[in-house]
Amino acid sequence: MAVMNVSPTRMQMTALKKQLTTAIRGHKMLKDKRDELMRQFIELVGMNRRLRESVEKRLAESSAFFISASAAMSKKALDSSLMSQKSKTGVETTYKNVMSVDVPQFEICRESENQGDIYPYGFAFTSFELDNAVESLNELLPDLIRLAEVEKSCEMMAAEIERTRRRVNSLEHVMIPRYEETIKYIAMKLEENDRSSRTRLMKVKDMLLDKAHNYSGKYSPKE
Amino acid sequence: MAKNIAMIGDRESVKGFAAIGMDVFVCDEPAAAAALLKTVAESERFAIIYMTEELFSASAREREKYTERATPAIIPLPGVRGNTGIGLKRQSTFVEQAVGSDILFKN
Repeated sequence: MAVMNVSPTRMQMTALKKQLTTAIRGHKMLKDKRDELMRQFIELVGMNRRLRESVEKRLAESSAFFISASAAMSKKALDSSLMSQKSKTGVETTYKNVMSVDVPQFEICRESENQGDIYPYGFAFTSFELDNAVESLNELLPDLIRLAEVEKSCEMMAAEIERTRRRVNSLEHVMIPRYEETIKYIAMKLEENDRSSRTRLMKVKDMLLDKAHNYSGKYSPKE
Repeated sequence: MAKNIAMIGDRESVKGFAAIGMDVFVCDEPAAAAALLKTVAESERFAIIYMTEELFSASAREREKYTERATPAIIPLPGVRGNTGIGLKRQSTFVEQAVGSDILFKN
């Protein structure tokens, strides 16, 4: 791991130590976030799979009803029966914060005077297969909305988990070792400077003492 | 404020959804799906956009823009032509994205 390009001073080391503490704390928190997100994600994804399987199965049944209805009725009659809407279906969206991911929550709201009457056509010219088809689709609607909610949550959480995982890995394997190495490098450099100035001082002291007392006999005795 | 639900698909697949109060958009040509999705999604009137699997896979690049946004939720549904398995494959993609490999649904 490369050492950062910083000047080896005590001030820089203190600053780096502070950054390292922050990085370690951030790493721990992000790891906790990732674990909790993962736990919730696994739960959601299981639910999503069950929902999707059931929705797809029921949708296929409903399609079969529509096919029977189109066999029993003329295309024109079928189109005109279905294309006129009796009620408008909408959803009220609220957001739930799951570990800093704002996942949507959908709630059905229907603008219809009569909740029981779902058929947008009169019964005189339509076949009973069409009634079955519309009824089955209508019963499926809450699950369809729930599927959208859960699937969107899974999508957003998967993206967030991926991002968090990258951050955790980058902190764990790049940032923290780099800080540690740089701090070690500065500490060693400072010690080295310390040792070098100490030996220099000792050397100077020796030279001064030698000059004063002439231990080596290099200097001629003073008159 | 309540938003609507949209269904984009071929003529046969969307019929029933109009009857239960969704806004339907007919698109028989997969090549035109991305442009239609863009118009529908950017109108900001829809919280959920269902698409038939065929059109869903044809508009992958357009969909990417909405991955990070909470709404609209773009969800694939099988059309009358049958189930292509995209929905379940998508689940595996999520798990792969989150975990790194599909440990849950891999057979």
